[in-house]
Amino acid sequence: MVDYRPILRTENTNLLEVKSVTCVKQERCLFEALSFSLGSGKIMQIEGPNGAGKTSLLRILSGFAQPEEGEVLFEQRSINDYYDEFAAQLLFIGHKTGVNTQLTAFENVCHWLFVHGYNDESQVYELLGKLGLVGLEDVPVRTLSAGQQRRVALVRLWLNSAKLWILDEPFTALDKKGVAMLQSRFNEHLELGGSILLTTHQDLTQHFEQLQTLVLEYRH
Amino acid sequence: MRVNHSYWQLFKAVYSKDVTLAFRQRAEIVNPLLFFLIVITLFPLAIGPEPGLLARMAPGIIWVATLLSTMLGLDKLFRDDYHDGSLEQMIASPYPLSLCVLAKVFAHWTITGLPMVLMAPMFALLMNLEPQALGATILTLLIGTPLLSFIGAIGAGLTVGLQKGGILMSLLVLPLYIPVLIFATSAIDTSSMSLAYGGQLAILGAMLAVACIAAPLAISSALRVSVS
Repeated sequence: MVDYRPILRTENTNLLEVKSVTCVKQERCLFEALSFSLGSGKIMQIEGPNGAGKTSLLRILSGFAQPEEGEVLFEQRSINDYYDEFAAQLLFIGHKTGVNTQLTAFENVCHWLFVHGYNDESQVYELLGKLGLVGLEDVPVRTLSAGQQRRVALVRLWLNSAKLWILDEPFTALDKKGVAMLQSRFNEHLELGGSILLTTHQDLTQHFEQLQTLVLEYRH
Repeated sequence: MRVNHSYWQLFKAVYSKDVTLAFRQRAEIVNPLLFFLIVITLFPLAIGPEPGLLARMAPGIIWVATLLSTMLGLDKLFRDDYHDGSLEQMIASPYPLSLCVLAKVFAHWTITGLPMVLMAPMFALLMNLEPQALGATILTLLIGTPLLSFIGAIGAGLTVGLQKGGILMSLLVLPLYIPVLIFATSAIDTSSMSLAYGGQLAILGAMLAVACIAAPLAISSALRVSVS
């Protein structure tokens, strides 16, 4: 397979750099001295069995958890020291998607937009429609199915200008059409020079030329 | 498109979300008030309806009931946001977490503290409080209840990640309420003797001013620890 990574350019275009990060949880070392970097326009899939530390890694990379050792750099600067600037360029959607089930889909998306400093409320109805939630915009999210609830969270992918997307199992509960739609959105983001880090147990159905894979092993 | 909302606009957005949610689940507003009312009505039944005795004990009873009913809503303050992931989204926002926290605490006060302030005259009547002490009761509640929300939110932030954090939170927070309780009841006592109670109010006000500035920072650090 051809390696598309332009070796010489990586020095300048590294968006995210992970330097010998170690994570220990409940006296079990999940990974040790892990180093890698992710350039602009690249997508990285983190693979590994349950309990290998995929989610823990994503939480460290998003700055929610601190690694035992090592550091994470975003555009050559430590994410801890410049967290607000980093947060402005980060879109994180975790297992827990941040969708309040008492509020409606529209209210949820608008609140998220506001808290992240966007003003695209006018597009929300159209995008919810595009994601197959026509007529469900104004009912409480708790009445929607699991897949529909996830779509409410994933609308954010169309509404942000962040460079780095960190997605933990984004395809969970989505149907085939939803998975395909999400992957074509990934492509648009990559073409604009953005980067994506994601975990998924499913293989990506679409071919991404810029795909890198990181495999975490379960350690005892 | 990314615009920079002012901090005030962000405050309003977070505040109105919490207040809207509370109005959708009415129990959240009504339960602490009913609890307050029940505690207040239980006392005359237990110690006898002798007016002088009730009036003597009224400040203490009203304030202890206030402390306990404030605790009722605290457990829920960050719990839903923690469980549905909204807290992570708030942390990963370009705005300071302490501002979102300030808005949430203020919303909590609007939902639990403010109704108690408004109903204070009725409780005072139930407890046969001296008429001249009514003003002091309302004022101490007005200054004291936001203070209770601020202090309590620190405990709520620290225990939000725990399975059964509610009891631990009470143990953490109730001792910290003691200074508020002392100065508030002392103000009401003093006023029922028709003496000046400005000093006690000033101390409560000073505590509130410090809490306004320091508590949001403490709460956001507590939340960051709970999330990680």
